[in-house]
Amino acid sequence: MQVTALHFQRTAAASLHDAQLQRALARLQTKFVDARAAATEIRDRALRALDRHLLRFEREATARGTVVHWAESAEDVKRIVAEIADLCREAREVLRPRFLAADLGITGANFLVAETGSVVLVTNEGNGRLCTTLPRVHVALTGIEKVVPTLEDVTTLLRLLPRAATGQSITNYVSVLTGTKGADESDGPDHFHIILLDNGRSGLLGTELQPMLRCIRCGACMNHCPVYQSIGGHPYGWVYPGPMGSVLTPAFMGLENALDLPHASTLCGACAAVCPVSIPLPDLLRHLRHRQVERHLRPRPERIGLWIWSWLAQRPALYAMAARSAARLLRILAGRKHRLLHLPGASGWMRARDLPAPAGRTFRDLYRTGRRA
Amino acid sequence: MSAREAILARIARARGVAGAAVDADDLIRRHPRGPTAPPDEDLVQWFCSQAAHLASDVARAATLAEVPEQAARYLRERQLPMQAVCWPGLAALDWRTAGIAAAARPVRNTDLVGITGACAAIAETGTLMLLSGLDTPATVSLLPETHIAVVEQARIVATMEDAWDRLRAEHSALPRAVTFVSGPSRTADVEQTVTLGAHGPYRVLILVVEAPGR
Repeated sequence: MQVTALHFQRTAAASLHDAQLQRALARLQTKFVDARAAATEIRDRALRALDRHLLRFEREATARGTVVHWAESAEDVKRIVAEIADLCREAREVLRPRFLAADLGITGANFLVAETGSVVLVTNEGNGRLCTTLPRVHVALTGIEKVVPTLEDVTTLLRLLPRAATGQSITNYVSVLTGTKGADESDGPDHFHIILLDNGRSGLLGTELQPMLRCIRCGACMNHCPVYQSIGGHPYGWVYPGPMGSVLTPAFMGLENALDLPHASTLCGACAAVCPVSIPLPDLLRHLRHRQVERHLRPRPERIGLWIWSWLAQRPALYAMAARSAARLLRILAGRKHRLLHLPGASGWMRARDLPAPAGRTFRDLYRTGRRA
Repeated sequence: MSAREAILARIARARGVAGAAVDADDLIRRHPRGPTAPPDEDLVQWFCSQAAHLASDVARAATLAEVPEQAARYLRERQLPMQAVCWPGLAALDWRTAGIAAAARPVRNTDLVGITGACAAIAETGTLMLLSGLDTPATVSLLPETHIAVVEQARIVATMEDAWDRLRAEHSALPRAVTFVSGPSRTADVEQTVTLGAHGPYRVLILVVEAPGR
């Protein structure tokens, strides 16, 4: 194939004036931009009246025979699930011969629908269908922020979720589950329990981290993150890997329990660019870093270093003098090779890098000379 | 204070006065749609090409009476068993002449072919909408290796939003399970390679029936 890259500017100009091409490109863009704006508004709208939607959800679900539980923490969840399992076991001892398969199916939920009291499950394999159709008891455990008002809202989100996650237009199976098996039905669970878990979520409402509650767990931020691409998911150390984990883990489990996560990012912005619900992840990560400093959670050498720098930076004359001496010192240390191979306190950084020697004069010196000339 | 009260109280406090004006129930009454893609082509064409794109097999039948013969041809070509379990509403078709032994009964673990209808079919994504119920058991489309879905052409709609409208018009409440099926079960969990047939069917045949006829 002939290389025509030399004509880039001319061809690009022609493309810019090609009405048909521009229409096609615009359609491609606006489709995502429109859907993303709508999805963001849907999630925000749901969060603005979260308690109303949860109450409506509870009312509708209860009317269909679903039992709704509320849990503050993982401990609550364990207790509730154990109670449900106990009920199961009692029934099992009486009716054992009839239940060859599992008695209890446990799932999460991708969305909750306030309008209908339904749980929405998105899967490719069919495992979600299996464990919500065959067992006698279905337990769905999910965060309180998953509720959206209507089926239409879910539909808009369903257009974005699989595309952002795996590039699919829709997952193989989407199940919208409402209540227990009808008296005349052959399939489905006799008991349906939904556990609404808070575990730190309500504490994010009204704070800088509230946009994180829009998250629909697609994983697009993770797939596009250069840090995640280099280290994979395990180092993130909890349920959620990638940038979403770097915000969610400290937000739910405490900033002091995830000190490195807000720093596991180059802040390149790829995560925010691809997020289908416009979560400003780099801003949130920067905010968490800020909070770490405020709460004195950074390591002592870093704190002392920053204190010294800020003390100096507020004294311009002293700062200029220190900078001038540092530049001169580094130049002497660099010697004739004009590059530094080691620096005390930065051995990790310098192991793979050389530092070119400073020119000997600071920027301020050069600036002053330049202005005079 | 119970967990429920504590959680709701925290949310209400964070919401403050500004959020109080939100009329959640009004939103549900209006259930506004998000942006949807207008159909690019004929609905039936669109549905068939999208379904094929997601690895469903698609065939057309002029009338319902042609369905058993089409299904039999599909099963024979793939050397699949000619015994099937089907929804009660489809039991009256003449399966026997086509060479299929179809029974309307609860699914057994040994059933290899399941035949269902569909409440709606969505062109945008080539998706079937199945409702659970006594006459439409969910297991028929789930447990057997081969799922054959009979879809009347008039039930093809453009989008999932249209499917919800149809459901709201035909039913007073949601059934226990609304299942959207888009092709055979698959997984990419194992080394990021897509393989068909994980927990659900290995193959899905969609028979689009032009006119129900007699």
